[in-house]
Amino acid sequence: MATTLKKTNVVIVGLGAAGGVACLPLAQAGIEVIGLDAGPRLSTRDMAPDELRLARNVWPPGPQKTDGEAPTFRPNASATAVQGAHPMMNAVGGTSIHYWAQSWRLNPWDFKVRSETVRRYGASRLPKGSTIEDWPFDYNELEQYYDKVEYAIGVSGQAGNLNGRKDERGNIFEGPRKREFPMPPLRWTGFTERMGAAAKSLGWHPAPGPAGIASRSYDGRAGCAYHGYCSGAGCHINAKSSTAVTTIPKAEKTGRFTVVAEARVTKIEVDKQGRASGVTYIKASEEFFQPADVVLVAGYVYENVRMLLLSQSPAYPKGLSNNHGQVGKHYFSHNQGASVSALFPFALNNWYGLPAQGVAVDNWADDNFDHSGVDFIGGGNMYVYTERRPIASVNGVAAWLQGKPNWGSSWKAFLKENADRTNGAYLQKTTLPYEDNYLDLDPNVKDPFGMPVIRITGEFKDNERKIAAFMQEKMEQWYRAAGAVAFQRQPIGGPMGPTTHAYGGTRMGLNPETNVVNGFGFSHEVPNLGILGASVMGTSGARNPTLTLQAIAWRTAEHLAKNWKSMVG
Amino acid sequence: MITRREMLGRLGALLGMMAASTAATPLSTAARVRAQTAASETLIALTPAEAEIVRAVVARLIPADENGPGALEARADRYIDRALAGALKSSRTAYTTGLADLNARAQAAKGAAFARLSTADQDAVLTTFQTTSAQFFNLIRTHTIQGTFSDPFYGGNANFVGWNLIGYPGARTTVSADLQRLDKKPEPSQKSAYDYAMFSKGEV
Repeated sequence: MATTLKKTNVVIVGLGAAGGVACLPLAQAGIEVIGLDAGPRLSTRDMAPDELRLARNVWPPGPQKTDGEAPTFRPNASATAVQGAHPMMNAVGGTSIHYWAQSWRLNPWDFKVRSETVRRYGASRLPKGSTIEDWPFDYNELEQYYDKVEYAIGVSGQAGNLNGRKDERGNIFEGPRKREFPMPPLRWTGFTERMGAAAKSLGWHPAPGPAGIASRSYDGRAGCAYHGYCSGAGCHINAKSSTAVTTIPKAEKTGRFTVVAEARVTKIEVDKQGRASGVTYIKASEEFFQPADVVLVAGYVYENVRMLLLSQSPAYPKGLSNNHGQVGKHYFSHNQGASVSALFPFALNNWYGLPAQGVAVDNWADDNFDHSGVDFIGGGNMYVYTERRPIASVNGVAAWLQGKPNWGSSWKAFLKENADRTNGAYLQKTTLPYEDNYLDLDPNVKDPFGMPVIRITGEFKDNERKIAAFMQEKMEQWYRAAGAVAFQRQPIGGPMGPTTHAYGGTRMGLNPETNVVNGFGFSHEVPNLGILGASVMGTSGARNPTLTLQAIAWRTAEHLAKNWKSMVG
Repeated sequence: MITRREMLGRLGALLGMMAASTAATPLSTAARVRAQTAASETLIALTPAEAEIVRAVVARLIPADENGPGALEARADRYIDRALAGALKSSRTAYTTGLADLNARAQAAKGAAFARLSTADQDAVLTTFQTTSAQFFNLIRTHTIQGTFSDPFYGGNANFVGWNLIGYPGARTTVSADLQRLDKKPEPSQKSAYDYAMFSKGEV
């Protein structure tokens, strides 16, 4: 029997990028909040610059809940699903501890893809089978929340559009921001300067990417040390602005936010009226029921959808908030593969640094160029960055061996010459939701507790494939201008496997027939159930989702705090 | 009568000289493997016979040559022995069968145990082995790369020979702008992550 705990105002399920920011505006508004996370609290002492330790999965410390519930995936409903690997981690702070921390705002176009496409090019240009809708609000509405998150966690960057005034040092294609970033951008390197100059020689507009990383001391935290173990790793000096070291401790200081670590939530409970009554969780093999006025589900996309589908009750027989059959729909994995890599005839000295220390070009992203002459909508953000690790560099030359032996003296000579001469671009591209791309519960594969894992059914469609081919061409052009001599293109398309950039499944929108949550992130069916994270996003844009889902989470929390009386009573 | 410690010390000095003279007068791999066998520290996971084959294999996968020391000098063999008792424990039985398989193939093709063959014959046997026993070949190749290029904390990458080979300038906890230039190679730090007291130790 579950032990029933003392009721709280709000319980947040998952303290990662989204739940980890939502706790702050709530606690600051005087609301009692309990945050549950399946993972532990981590220590910077365990964040050594040690490639093997990171690769061997001994960091983050296990056993990780995610390990047991990796989604299965298949390209379409007639294919057999296979299990992939779970890309996220469990800890207080979640994947914001080991993410790249690229902290982009979406482009204004991304909020209005449908109406803007129809307006500029005609309805025939909407890709067939796409379920795309405009967001329930526009960029200008989210601007203030982007701003709040940027200052609360600490984002470094160079403004490219300050109240409509363009600044060539920044990304001139960004939506207008009301004030500067709280910190200057991460510094340039020899390599990024060379790439920046090459982009300019092509008439493009290179700019440093925005980073959720302190570029100088900020709010009591040290500035970035550029030491080279940032990707998939925690920061040894807390320069990375994860929620674990920013908004979560700040919320705890109010005295109204309590963190319960290593608590695995198994079900969202409902009362007789069909309102959420709290959550059941397991901690140290004991079961607890945490009653709450409001439940905020803030796991990763796969976890959010899974939690709803598993929380079945007489009022919601197909899963919580799923009486319209929309939970799991409008899913998509970001079209961020199909990369281009290049070989330079000189060493790039990319050993140190971090993925957020890079240079981006947005000339071919979103609707930043005229699409009249092309057969797709959207585009891609092109990005190159630093950070190279020794074992990865050794394995990285494999692609350039062209069938020659991968051991022995000739390989060793090749390795010595080329280990630091390769580079792989990061091409993030517009991805749309489609009718036949979705998430559901896998009928065969279960986690160690006997609960079904999520099954992804999805593949990149024509629009995504055409963008990818277009972007590969542009990227090769950029590398060539910087002096690269050989190029490789990764395959385009394929199934949508588990990814760090997953979207949809509990989409946000005004129409309850096609969306799970309303314009503020609360369920159309369960008024005291809020959903946080990229599962509410209906478009991807051509850039990392985290800052956007954080801004939305802040907005949801603030809406709840401001309307507490009418929403809760 | 000399003590074991003295003997190890003398062998160590001898090995040091050998390593130093490698470039000028290369010793045969077999001779180096045998010398190292004599000097080797207590094995943890491998039997002495298995360890001899492992040393011979890593010495061919990343050989010492005109481009500098290889996997044997990096002590990838020591990394493998330690890891097979720790983080790579699940691969221990694959080594028992894989190494026996390699020896049997060496015997059948060239008439002697793998470690006793000339380097040319070893290369020929390994070339075939890469196809016939791809799974174990890939496993020991992966581990040899780990043992050569991972942090020295794990028993390999001795004297940073792996990192020096590819130009990785070593573990640092802070990196200045000067170390990220295109026109200037960074000075090696000659440091393991665990030379910095701020970190808890990894698991070997």
